[in-house]
Formats: sequence, structure tokens, C-alpha cells
Amino acid sequence: MNGDSLQECVLKQIGKYEAVDSNVLAAALEVDHQAIVGAIKSIQCFGDVIKVEPRNNKKWCVTDEGKLVIKNGSYEYNIYQAVPTEGILQSELLQKVSNAKIGFSKAMSNKMIKVDKKCEGGARVFRNQEDLKDETWSNLVALQNGNVGQVGEKVLAELKKRKLAQEVVNKSFFVEKGEAFTLKLEKPETDLTAQMIQDGSWKTKTFKEYNYNALGAPPAAGHLHPLMKVRSAYRQIFLEMGFTEMPTNSFVESSFWNFDALFQPQQHPARDAHDTFFINDPAISTKFPQEYLERVKTVHSKGGFGSQGYRYDWKIDEAQKNVLRTHTTAVSARMLYNLAQQKEFKPVKYFSIDRVFRNETLDATHLAEFQQVEGVVADRSVTLGDLMGVLHEFFRKLGVHQLRFKPAYNPYTEPSMEVFGYHSGLKKWVEIGNSGVFRPEMLRPMGLPEDVNVIAWGLSLERPTMIKLGIDNIRDLVGHKVDLQMVYDSPICQMDF
Amino acid sequence: MPTIGVNRDDLFKCLGETYTEEGFDELCFQYGIELDEVTSEKEQIEKEQGESKAVGASDAVIYKIDIPANRYDLLCMEGLVQALKVFLKKEPAPNYRCVAPINGVKQQINVTPSTQQIRPFCVGAVLRNITFTKEGYESFIDLQDKLHHNIGRRRTLVSIGTHDLDTITGPFTYDAQTPADIKFVSLNQTKEHTAVELMELYSKDSHLRAFLPIIQDSPVYPIIRDSKGVVLSMPPIINGDHSKIKLTTKNVLVEITATDLTKAKVALDTIVTMFSCHCEDKFAVEPVDIVCHDGTVMETPSLSYRQESVTAGNLNSKIGVDLKAEEIAELLTKMCLRSEVTNVEKGEILVTIPPTRSDVIHACDIVEDCAIALGFDNIVQTFPRSVTVGGQQLSMKMSERLRPELAGAGFTEVLTFSLCSSDDVGKKMRQVGKEMENLAVQISNPATLEFQVVRTSLLPGLLKTVASNRKMPLPIKIFEIQEVVLKDNSRETGARNERRIGAVCYNKLPGFEVIHGLLDRIMQILEVKWESNNPEYKGKGYCIKSAEDPSYFPGRCAEIYVRGKVVGKLGVLHPEVISNFDLVCPASALEINLESFYMS
Repeated sequence: MNGDSLQECVLKQIGKYEAVDSNVLAAALEVDHQAIVGAIKSIQCFGDVIKVEPRNNKKWCVTDEGKLVIKNGSYEYNIYQAVPTEGILQSELLQKVSNAKIGFSKAMSNKMIKVDKKCEGGARVFRNQEDLKDETWSNLVALQNGNVGQVGEKVLAELKKRKLAQEVVNKSFFVEKGEAFTLKLEKPETDLTAQMIQDGSWKTKTFKEYNYNALGAPPAAGHLHPLMKVRSAYRQIFLEMGFTEMPTNSFVESSFWNFDALFQPQQHPARDAHDTFFINDPAISTKFPQEYLERVKTVHSKGGFGSQGYRYDWKIDEAQKNVLRTHTTAVSARMLYNLAQQKEFKPVKYFSIDRVFRNETLDATHLAEFQQVEGVVADRSVTLGDLMGVLHEFFRKLGVHQLRFKPAYNPYTEPSMEVFGYHSGLKKWVEIGNSGVFRPEMLRPMGLPEDVNVIAWGLSLERPTMIKLGIDNIRDLVGHKVDLQMVYDSPICQMDF
Repeated sequence: MPTIGVNRDDLFKCLGETYTEEGFDELCFQYGIELDEVTSEKEQIEKEQGESKAVGASDAVIYKIDIPANRYDLLCMEGLVQALKVFLKKEPAPNYRCVAPINGVKQQINVTPSTQQIRPFCVGAVLRNITFTKEGYESFIDLQDKLHHNIGRRRTLVSIGTHDLDTITGPFTYDAQTPADIKFVSLNQTKEHTAVELMELYSKDSHLRAFLPIIQDSPVYPIIRDSKGVVLSMPPIINGDHSKIKLTTKNVLVEITATDLTKAKVALDTIVTMFSCHCEDKFAVEPVDIVCHDGTVMETPSLSYRQESVTAGNLNSKIGVDLKAEEIAELLTKMCLRSEVTNVEKGEILVTIPPTRSDVIHACDIVEDCAIALGFDNIVQTFPRSVTVGGQQLSMKMSERLRPELAGAGFTEVLTFSLCSSDDVGKKMRQVGKEMENLAVQISNPATLEFQVVRTSLLPGLLKTVASNRKMPLPIKIFEIQEVVLKDNSRETGARNERRIGAVCYNKLPGFEVIHGLLDRIMQILEVKWESNNPEYKGKGYCIKSAEDPSYFPGRCAEIYVRGKVVGKLGVLHPEVISNFDLVCPASALEINLESFYMS
């Protein structure tokens, strides 16, 4: 009998009975119960052909030893029978029947027999009672006949202890017809194949159901870094707003362009070794536009262009020192200087997003390098209102719709404003950037006309990205210690707050 | 940004008004200062030293307020209250005056020529008939600390000494002497020490230790004495004990020594203007004559009121509003800048800048104060009319196009640091004495080993990323398109950035063919043909030729030629490089200079 035909036999039986236990099936088909279980399981693979319910049946059985007892009588009864009315020597009795020791002690504890140790010739055994029946035998027979009810709980425990009977768990299945009950099984196809499409066999085949609760196979692909995705989004916004990207490919910058050109005095704390990375090699820059350098020197040390200046002894040595640029505004300064050298002034809108370096105390939100986003607009009569307006447009595109501006201090902008955006997720105002109007002491020495104002703003790329991705430690976002899984799993980073 | 702590209840009492925390926070926001933290003495001690130390400490509420770095006049309760009261139009800005002593004889400080080699400038002033409360006294000491730290740049530029004038006798001498010749009882000491001994003594003082290097190695130390030889102070380290001020002090001599005269004058103006409010003749300061080393006499403090003329038209055009001259004058007056309209028709306004506002050095500072007084929220937002056309840097345009392609090719983008250790580009890459090590820009003040040099290759960062991600299933395929920095004498700064693609494939087998395949793909999308395919492309396309490089396994490295020029290398990394970066599996790598692809 092969598997398929057993399945069919089982189905026929189910068809006959409507509902049946697997044990009954095994008996009816005269097949081992396990084979029936196998057949039921394999029928289940065909869908809702049958309904199956597992059942556990407990049943008392007589053990092999118990069966012997049924055949030969219980050991204690055999001992009892062997004791004549006048008694018998104990040693003699023990040799008369099999399993005599067990039988003897059992018969003693049941008080079927008694021993007189003072008799002549040794201990003698006498019947304690006459006309006893073999209770053990009759209980076992009752069990064998399936009449468990006739046997008391205590006796069952006793028989189990004596290993004459045992309780066995019989696992079976209760089987009923299913919705799609059939006598003839056809295995559903796992999936549609080219062959089926070509020979048209798909029309008559059934198909295995999909499990829609499982995940699909992940696509085999590389991934872009989330911070770089955010950078792309910011670039896109600047380009949409008509801004031109500045060349920021110069991490090494002279203090002159990084600080002095921005009217940042030479004793300013930002120029401390605590804040700025200075460079050993190449240690200094020496080529500067000479006339411009003189004007910068004058505006610092003596003032001019309407300014009191800082009135200190400006030193060229300090300006020559190379640093890792502390802001991309160093690049903006070069761009504005170049703009001023053109014959005719034309308005410009510049932007950049690139690395800057700070020798600061490192913590969960500060690294020695980060990406600075910067926007600059230079035109005649650009106003503080324009700065606020352009910031509104810029941040609106990033999904920040409510802005507030707080007066602030920055050495090279005046007025200066910190920009706060309302974060609807965090339900609070968060500082999202810095902005201001470049000081005339920075612009006029470059040669820009007096009525040209330059507005600018800056922010870090990391901070809004960390808020967006819910990352607390900046090291989980950038650097070699990031978890690649984070990169694999990162969203497309729409910056909408 | 400096932070000051003020007692909330005292502050509100002085302001004559009580605020909610939100209300005061809003006032700060409007004025451009920031309520940073609300705490108490008890809470601060608990936080810093533990609960047991805080027993008995005051739990009066303290407001910690962030002050912009250029507003020295807000660094104490006196100044903050004054500025806010004027801002809230509760009272007019005070008029600070220099008033000579009744007998007409000013105090005098004679500066000797020897001071010129160590700390050349000295200024001074006297606060007469002052009454200190406990709070006022503490505030006075605290302001000196704040000024030392900020404008004084930790006493290097400016240091301040204040003395009980009634314990000393002028004229005073500001001198510089050899340390062995200086001997006095310094503040809170009981016996005399020479300057040499003092330097030794204070080298163990956690607070003063930091200032010793300012004069330590000089052959002479600055010293101020009175006419009887009593030492007032040894700037910028310590005052003498003799003339120390107390709660009961009535007349205070302020002396300031400096290496920057402008800053010394600002610091003196700040101190005397802030505390002249506690003098019997309010806001009056007694000047001191400084007889300079060359014999010229300079009276300090100057307490100068500078005048600047601005026009309403100019201010309006900078802010983008349309205010009348009178309105502007009123707004500026709120910021302690007393203003009057001098020509209504032309909108001319004469602005008087008081000695407290050393931060106002240009008309643009007046513009800002006008905007603050108006309130940023009241400025109509406009969009610049400038018509411009957007544009990208070619390097960025190319990078932005390549990155998705490389990700599409199965490599994941990483973002690593530009700064690294010397070993990262030298020893670990087996490049000691080679270009990769020699061309690295050296940082002179790295806080840790991680910031010794700027990277000259993208590969160390990529390998460190793999090392941090060894738990990830293999293969790990990553790339980075970023810039390295190379020393280059032909450039203005002596260094230049170079944009590169770096890629690493880390797997059980080296996977040279995988990295090679990535190269082919990059060349394909850059429309560079494979030369070996067609002799017609010889010297016009790309090819790779066997090469030796210490970072790569011998016989497993090739140079990449594009249009006849080497643009990079690829190969199987040397097993020692693998081990140096704490890796265990083989890896192949690629690094290409991108510049020739967009610069022609």
C-alpha cells in the first residue's frame, strides 16, 4: 500500500463516517496508527479537505507482568493457596511457589496469612482467614475488560506501583470532513511556472496559498548614507531657490581668510588652540592680496569705513597661521572678495554644505568635524526683513513652518539672529540655525559698494538629521563606528519636521 | 558665551516687577539674552558635590542667564537690572560722570619703563563713599572674575585689582622688578613671601595655577606699590593682603594692568559704571592720573560718551521697515543709546553711545539695537528681489550622480572622518615614508591621537568601518566619495583637497573580481571604454596594469589608467594591513582620484 492510496483509503473512510477518530481508522483499515497519522497530515497539506482536531486519551492497561498474574493468579494468592490448614514451615512454603518472596510479604501485609515463630522445627505459616478470593486477579481482569470504574483509585495506584497496570496516553486525531472535502486529492502547485503558461495547464491547477504575514525577500542592493541623503535634500532646496554652490574643497585655510577677513579679532577666544586646529605642516600661508590685507589690518587696528575698529596691534604672523577651517564662511569670504573685484556688481546667492573642524570638547552631540550648511545672499539694499523672509522659505521647504528669531552675538554679523523652529513632534522650539547681516568691517575692505548688504545663515547638517532619525549620539550617525545596519535601514530622509 | 547666576527674588525686587518663569524667559528672548537654567545654591551643590554637602545651603531660586560675549555691561546683576529697566522704560539710562576729588588732588599711578617688557599698560579709578551690601560685595568680586575670564582672556590681556584706598597712600607706582626683589604678604596669607616663593606656593593652587605662565618666565614681574612701599598687587597673579577690600570698605581704588590698552579701558569703564550706583554720589567716578613711562599723563577712566550720526533712511533700509526718525530715536533710547532727532526732514538722528556700550563700534550695531527694540517679530518678512540662477560645483554634481550608481551596484555608502592618526595613513597601511604618509597635513594641537593628521586616503576610514561592523553578515561592501587632503607647495595654503572614490569588499575570499567589476561599472557609467576590447581605444579608454604597492598583496595590485594617466589603484589588501585594522578576512579595495573626470 503506497502513501497515496492510504490517503485515499482514509478519505473514503472519512466519507463514510463523516467524523472519526484516527484510532478507529487504524483499526478499520488494519494499519499501524502512526501510518494513519502520517496520511492525515499529508491530506492536510491539500488545504481544507479535512478538519483535524488532536485528542489525548488516557487509558488503564494491564502490563505484561499483570497479564501473567491474570494467567497464573496473584503471587500473594498463590502463597495463600499453598498454605494448608495445619500450617507449613516457612522455608518449605517459600520453595513451593514462584515469586514466593513478593507473594509472602504481600500476603502478610494483607493479613491473609500469619507466622508462628515459636513452633518446633522453625517458623510455621498458617492461614489467617479461610475462603479468601484473589482480589488482585479480579481487579486486573476488570481492567483488562475495560471496566476501570469497578476498580478503586487506591487499588489503581497500588497496581501501578506494583507495575501490574499502567496508565497510557493515547494520542489520536479526530477527523471531520472539511469545506473542500474530496475523495480524490490533487496537490496544489507552489507557484506559476513558464511551463504552465506555455501548455495552459495553469487553467486547471490549484495553487498553494501565499502567507501574507511573512516579510518579503530584502532586495540585494547597496545603500546611501542617511546624512548624505539629507545633504542631497538640502542641496536640492538651495538649487530650487536659485543658489549657486561655492567651491569648498579647501579644508586647510589661513587664519587670514578664516578669521581676519571676517573681522574676528586676533585675541578672539575662537582663535584659541582650545577651539581651533592649527597646522604644523604646512604651517603658514604667505600669499595674500596685499592691498586688501592692508585694509583688513587697518579696520582691525584703527577702524575705518565708519567703524571704531578693535584698536589693537594687528599682527601678520597671526594671520598667516594655517588652520583647519572652523567654518565654511572662510569660503564665503573668498567668494565675496572675488565678487568685489568684478567691474560691475551683480547680485549673488551662494550656498555650501561641507566639513568644518573644531578642536572642542567632544560629547554626545559634538565631534571634531561636522557638516556646515551655509547660505549667503549679496545684493544692493538687502534687508534684515529679507533675511527673515529667505529663512522662512528655506525652512518651509524643510517642513519647518513656524520660526522665531532671537537677537544674538556673532563677531562678523550685525544684526545677528538665532533661528528657532517649532518642532511639532517634540512640541517645543528648537534652535535650528544662526544668521545675520555681515558687518561692513568685513565687506567694505573687500571693496564691495556701501549699499551692498550681505545676509547669511548657517546650521549643522547633523543636528536636524539626528532629530529626524531619533539618534541621541552623533557617533551613531557619522564616523567609522556607525552600525551599517542603521545605514541599511535608514529612510529616504524627507526632512519634514 | 558667559553665564551669570542671579538671585531671582533680588532681581525682581530690583526690576520692581515680578515675572513668571515663562514671562521672564520671553523678556530675555526679546532682549537677546537667554534664561538658561533655573536652579538654587542647594541644587547646584547637590549636583556638583553630592547631597551631603548641600545641607544648609540656600534654596533661594537662582536664574542662570546666558549673556552675549560682547556685552560686558550685562555680566553682573547691577548691569543687567540697569539695562532691562531702561529697555522696559522704567527709568532713563544713567549719566556716568568723572568727578575730581573735592580737594582737587587726584590719585596718581606712576608707570616705570621696566613694565614695558612685561605688561605695558595700567589704568585706574576710585569709587568714593561706596556702600556694599553682602550681595553687592559678592557681585563686585564676581564681575572681576567674569571680566578676567572674558575680555581679559584669562588675565592674559587684562587683570584687575581692587583695594581699600583708606589703607594705602598714593601716589602709586606700577613697576616691574626681578622676582627676588618682590616680597609681601599676599591675599589671605599670614606671612611674607618673595615672588619666587609665591610662584611655588600657587603652583599648587587649583585656581591660580593657570595664570602663573603669563609671567613665570619673565625676568621681571609686574608689581604695584604705594608711596610707602606697601604692595597692592602682583598682576596678573595676586593682590596684597594689606589693601584687601571688605564689606565695610568705603573707598575703592581700581587698578587694571594689561597688554591691550583698549581692553583695559573697557574693563575699567565696565567696573566703575556698574558699581558707581552704590556710591554716595550715584554714577560719579573719581579719575586717576596715569603718569606713563614716557612722562605723558593720561586721566582714566575716560567714561567717554561717543556720538554717532545716523539717518532714519539708512536704518530703515538695513532693517526693511519704514519708521519715522522720532520712533527710531525712542527705540534706541530703550537700548541705553540716548538719541535725538537733529533734522526731521532728513531724518538725521544723533545717537550717544555710553561708556557701558563698548560693543557699539559701528552704525550697524545701532541698526541691530533698533531692530531688537522694535522686536524681530514686528519686522515684515520679505523675499530678496535678487534674480540669480542656481548652479552646482562640478565635483558635487558628479558625486551626486555617482553615489546612487555605486549603491545600485551593491555597495553601501559610509561617512568617515577626515581626521585620523598618523599610523592610520602610515604604519597601519604599510606606507611609512611613502607618499600616503609624507603628504599628510599635520595638526599641531591634536586633543587625541585620532586627530593627528588629515587623511590622505579614504581606505583607512573604510577599513575601520568594516572593523566596527564585524558582526554583519559577509560580504561587507562599502564605498565613500569624499575628499582627502594632500600637501602641495603650489597652492596658496600649501595643501589641496582631492576628491576620491574609495571602495572595499570584505569577504571570505578576496573578491578581486568584485572590486574589478565595480571599476568596470564606474568606467561604464562615466563612458570610458575598456582599452583591451578594441585597439582603437588605446590611450583613450581605461585599462589596469600590474603594479606594486606596500598596502596591497604582492602580485595582486594594479594601477588604473584612464586616457593614459594613472588615476588610482585596486587590488587585494596586504594581510598585514588586514591584521593592522583588526580584521580577519581578506579584502579587496579600490581608490580612484575623481578630479580628472570633471576637470578638463
